[in-house]
Amino acid sequence: METVILLAPLAGAIICGFGWRLIGEQAGMVIATAILFLCMLLSWIVFLGHDGETSRIVLMRFIDSGTLSTDWAIRLDRLTAIMLVVVTTVSALVHLYSFGYMAHDDNWRHGEHYRARFFAYLSFFTFAMLALVTSDNLVQMFFGWEGVGVASYLLIGFYWRKGSANAAAIKAFVVNRIGDFGFALGIFALFYLTDAVSFDVIFGAAPRLAETEIAFLWTSWNAAELIAFLLFVGAMGKSAQLFLHTWLPDAMEGPTPVSALIHAATMVTAGVFLVCRMSPVMEFAPGATAFITWIGAATAFFAATVGLVQNDIKRVIAYSTCSQLGYMFVAAGVGVYSVAMFHLFTHAFFKAMLFLGAGSVIHGMHHEQDMRNYGGLRHKLPWTFAAMLVGTLAITGVGIPLTQYGFAGFVSKDAIIESAFAAGELPVFWLLVAGAAMTSFYSWRLMFMTFWGSPRGDHHTHEHAHESPRTMLMPLAVLAAGSVLAGMVWYNSFFGKEETVKAWFGIPVAEAATDASGDAAGHAPAAEAHAGGDAVHGAAALPGEGAIYIGPDNHVLHDAHYVPAWVRAAPFVAMLLGLAVAFQFYIRRPDWPAALARNQRPLYLFLLNKWYFDEIYDFLFVRSARAIGRLLWKKGDGAVIDGSINGLAMGVVPFMTRLAARAQSGYVFHYAFAMVLGIAILVTWMTLSAGGN
Amino acid sequence: MTRADLIAVLPEALLALFALTALMWGAFGGKDRIARPLLYATAAMLALLALWIGSAGGGASTAFGGMFVNDAFARFAKVTILVAAAAVLVMGEDFLARRDLLRFEYPVLVALAVLGMMMMVSAGDLMALYMGLELQSLALYVIAAMRRDSLKSTEAGLKYFVLGALASGLLLYGASLTYGYAGTTTFAGILAAVRDSTLPLGLLFGLVFLVAGLAFKVSAVPFHMWTPDVYEGAPTPVTAFFATAPKVGAMALFARLLHDAFGPAGHDWGQIVAFLAVASMFLGAVAAIGQRDIKRLMAYSSIGHMGFALVGLAAGSATGVQAMLVYLAIYVTMNVGVFAFILSMERDGRHVTDIASLSLLARAEPTAALALLILLFSLAGVPPLVGFFAKYGVLVAAVQADMVWLALAGVIASVIGAFYYLRIVYLMYFGQEGEGLDGAMSWSQRALLVAAAAVMLVGVVNLFGIEGPAAAAAAALVR
Amino acid sequence: MTIAALAFYAFGITVVASGLLVVLARNPVHSVLWLILAFISSAGLFVLLGAEFVAMLLVIVYVGAVAVLFLFVVMMLDIDFAALKAEMAKYVPLAALIALILMMQMALAYGAWTTSEVADRLRGAPAPAPAEMHNTRALGMIIYDRYLYLFQAAGLILLVAMIGAIVLTLRHRTNIKRQDVLAQIYRDPATAMELKDVKPGQGLG
Repeated sequence: METVILLAPLAGAIICGFGWRLIGEQAGMVIATAILFLCMLLSWIVFLGHDGETSRIVLMRFIDSGTLSTDWAIRLDRLTAIMLVVVTTVSALVHLYSFGYMAHDDNWRHGEHYRARFFAYLSFFTFAMLALVTSDNLVQMFFGWEGVGVASYLLIGFYWRKGSANAAAIKAFVVNRIGDFGFALGIFALFYLTDAVSFDVIFGAAPRLAETEIAFLWTSWNAAELIAFLLFVGAMGKSAQLFLHTWLPDAMEGPTPVSALIHAATMVTAGVFLVCRMSPVMEFAPGATAFITWIGAATAFFAATVGLVQNDIKRVIAYSTCSQLGYMFVAAGVGVYSVAMFHLFTHAFFKAMLFLGAGSVIHGMHHEQDMRNYGGLRHKLPWTFAAMLVGTLAITGVGIPLTQYGFAGFVSKDAIIESAFAAGELPVFWLLVAGAAMTSFYSWRLMFMTFWGSPRGDHHTHEHAHESPRTMLMPLAVLAAGSVLAGMVWYNSFFGKEETVKAWFGIPVAEAATDASGDAAGHAPAAEAHAGGDAVHGAAALPGEGAIYIGPDNHVLHDAHYVPAWVRAAPFVAMLLGLAVAFQFYIRRPDWPAALARNQRPLYLFLLNKWYFDEIYDFLFVRSARAIGRLLWKKGDGAVIDGSINGLAMGVVPFMTRLAARAQSGYVFHYAFAMVLGIAILVTWMTLSAGGN
Repeated sequence: MTRADLIAVLPEALLALFALTALMWGAFGGKDRIARPLLYATAAMLALLALWIGSAGGGASTAFGGMFVNDAFARFAKVTILVAAAAVLVMGEDFLARRDLLRFEYPVLVALAVLGMMMMVSAGDLMALYMGLELQSLALYVIAAMRRDSLKSTEAGLKYFVLGALASGLLLYGASLTYGYAGTTTFAGILAAVRDSTLPLGLLFGLVFLVAGLAFKVSAVPFHMWTPDVYEGAPTPVTAFFATAPKVGAMALFARLLHDAFGPAGHDWGQIVAFLAVASMFLGAVAAIGQRDIKRLMAYSSIGHMGFALVGLAAGSATGVQAMLVYLAIYVTMNVGVFAFILSMERDGRHVTDIASLSLLARAEPTAALALLILLFSLAGVPPLVGFFAKYGVLVAAVQADMVWLALAGVIASVIGAFYYLRIVYLMYFGQEGEGLDGAMSWSQRALLVAAAAVMLVGVVNLFGIEGPAAAAAAALVR
Repeated sequence: MTIAALAFYAFGITVVASGLLVVLARNPVHSVLWLILAFISSAGLFVLLGAEFVAMLLVIVYVGAVAVLFLFVVMMLDIDFAALKAEMAKYVPLAALIALILMMQMALAYGAWTTSEVADRLRGAPAPAPAEMHNTRALGMIIYDRYLYLFQAAGLILLVAMIGAIVLTLRHRTNIKRQDVLAQIYRDPATAMELKDVKPGQGLG
């Protein structure tokens, strides 16, 4: 079944991509979509029927070279099952949605066939993503990792007539290259140290890595720290974390379904998945996880601030994605991997829905993306409005405070914020709370600007604004259901009692020994476990047993349930604050934002220009790289290499040729003279070398 | 002198008898009327001898007190020489007949030249060496000037003769110096005299002069000057012959002398040969670029290729000799193919050798152009054709002998040299409209051209297994 | 100094001097004459070595046949040697330099000349001692027995030279009258001529 899930999208991609000329464009698209729905069905069966045990399905031998030996295998555990559901569900819905969204497109000329290609890319992406999440070893994971990169490149640049789309595609690819370089280095380091790339072996060797020193870049590092850091660099690239985030907003140049699938729900979460997958290594690298926490928090805060002032509807959601990914990394960084996965899971639903909803708006508004030209659309697009409202409630975290009942985002995001507090990272906690307030602000700002108020912008466009077809609304409905329910249904599995979570993730029950939740038979009360972790080492699960690994000293998950009430209420209050400000700014006094922007012009520009990251990078890297490149091109390649080669080929060689031709005079005595000269040279040479002896 | 001595030289004796018989038959039989059957008979005779020698196994034996050596090395070289000579004879027949040059002395002289080469590669004595060399050279001088109504042909013959005489003089001088030191002319005796210590200066001079004399025969720079003029002036079938069999003979003799007589002094002659090799490779590559005549171009090409073969020799190891032999065999095959085509170059019934006349050959003669393309790529050493492996072999041998600079020079020279081969290919496929060729190829020319091209492609698999015999030959020579 | 030594130096100096003059003489006929002198002097040297047969061969074959042939050829050819030499003269300085270098190196080699320890023994080995055997017989033993292979090879070389000379020079002209000896011999008056009785004043008509 898992094999079918993995390979069927590839078959769909091939059939749709290459076969549509034979079977027709529409048929190809239908087949690709049908295959994805089948995969979705199977994935849910796998997910719901999974018992937490790790199993391994070998498909074929992948690479056999020296000591490097790799299978192409599926590693099925809880992490994989979650990702399977997320990927196939969103992908299937996006396929369906694309029927409507891609039906007509002004970027293509009349008679051009682009839809089958689009569906083929989508299916190919799904295959690559599945290959990534089902991988049993790092090489296979890297294959999927690069595969999604390629698909992302192709889809971002899908409107190849648009220069900006091409530039964005290249930017995404190049920025990801930096991350991939780190990831590859991490794989190399692991292979160097453990002589294996398969997860089982690596996880088993993780404790040993923590005690190994490795020389790299002039200094000696702790192996586990270095590897964790390098792998996280890869994750940073893929998941658009701070410093490597610049590609994600630009990636919105792609068609909106692509943004929903790749740049919100699946591919960008691969980084989070990677960190969770490598949790056995991460647990032994406190420095690296602290770094992850801080980067995550900084991203969450930074992206939220930028999201405050963006006007492009998709860019707002893009920064929102960036910010939410930061939350996930905070969870992973403080050691509650289950919570990170929880937010990943819920976020996939509501963020995909927000994007698809935005797509619906864009579709209805004839590809107008600037929110300043929207307004009052809730009457024209009622279904879309309803879905977007659900999504907004989910992302801003609406629920009943101090309980576990609320929209998906309420449950999972609050879990992260509580965990951050429980882990003792107070600054991180406050950054996240501030982020939550801003999330609420920009999300409601989006809603208010789009659906409330009076129509702005082109009159003509507003008159022709229309609700989207059913193929686009159905996915929205499904995702809306997920956005409402996903948090509450799986709350206990991801963020319940420690033993529940561990059981769900397939971590052996012997773990109960370290469980401090008050088991009477347990011989290690909480206080003791806190005081002397060593005492319980013997009973702890070994790395690699179960889908994630929680170190014996890691009790954040447990502690998160016992944080003060004000901490638990903080996100909700922040949300209300953001909502109130947005309401004040965009419903009651729509003139305030402009006035504030005028008053605080430097701050406004700072945010509008995304903290000038692009400009700084342009100055630091792009220009300098270009300058170096130009130098090497003009001086190095042009003058030195071409010059010397050309000089040789067009100067020296022809000169020698002329010389040789002149020597070939035709006179016998010249020839004889040459021979005698040769003899003289040889004899002299021999005399000198013999004299040397 | 015993029976065993005579049996050892039986192939040579038979060839000599055949030549004499053919001469008599021609002189008193039909004169030039029987030239054509005589030519084919000679080719058949050479082929038969090749078959015989090639199938004869056995180890090494000497005859006539060490003057004649029959070992695996000699057999390998002889088979190559005989096959090349037979092929060249057959493919030149049509050319000579149509230009009224087919005289009965031609096959006889070729047979005698081949006999001289066989004596050369089997030489175990400086005197035997000289006899073989002169027998070969004299026959070559004559056939170079065979088109005696042509000023160029006679000039070519005369130049070759005069310079050849000078080279013979150098060789003899070297031989006498060597004799003066060793007191004997047999290679074994010289080897014994050389073995114990470093070479004294006098013997070193002798070695230099001997090498110079032989370098003339393989047309290594700076003793190469005759080559372009003679190649251009001589009738094309003769040029084809010059470019193939005698090169193998002279090169094998070179190896024979250096290893059999001066083996322990490898360090000394290695330097000289390396110098000759580098100079030849570079001059061959550089000077060929300026050529407009394909025969002159092939002359420089052969100079360059001999440079590569000398690289193998300069390595001074069994691997080097093996690589050299393989190189020679491949070189001869390529040249047979290319000359088979050159022989067919004709416009308005006249033989043309202008490179420009090859323009757009691919349209008129796609098969021939393709075959020529393969051969030229192979000559240039483009992988994966066989010519690449030939070059690769000698360069590897040089590297193994710690002569990395030599290998490097070889690589650079081959890059420069690729230019003129590729220019011909360019002309054939993308050249400009001009006066093309209108002659037709004879069956033998077409067959040899296509066969040589096919060998370049198919040989990639295992080089037709010649590496084994070549290794055995090298092992027999380098002890 | 014995007579033999005196004769050796006399012949030796003559050989070298006349050899030099062969090259230097302006008139090619003179050159050939100098060459003959060199041959004769060498013959004298052979006599001193006890190789009287070779000495006689030298006189008969080289002086009597080869040199005379040279003389004929030189006298028949119309070559302006002076012009050739003028052309060569341009290269004299360079040639002289190279010659000087070579000479110096030769001198160096001569100065450091050694021979292999076994050289002398080996050198004497092929030929029997002159006292033992008649000169001609010894030569025969060497040439026809020990060096048969080389002898035959030399024969082939000469054959090639002969063929070459014929190939390059013999022409069968079709429009010329040739002498046919047999035809001349078998001619008789009966077939060769017819007697006609011509009447005075009438002619053959």
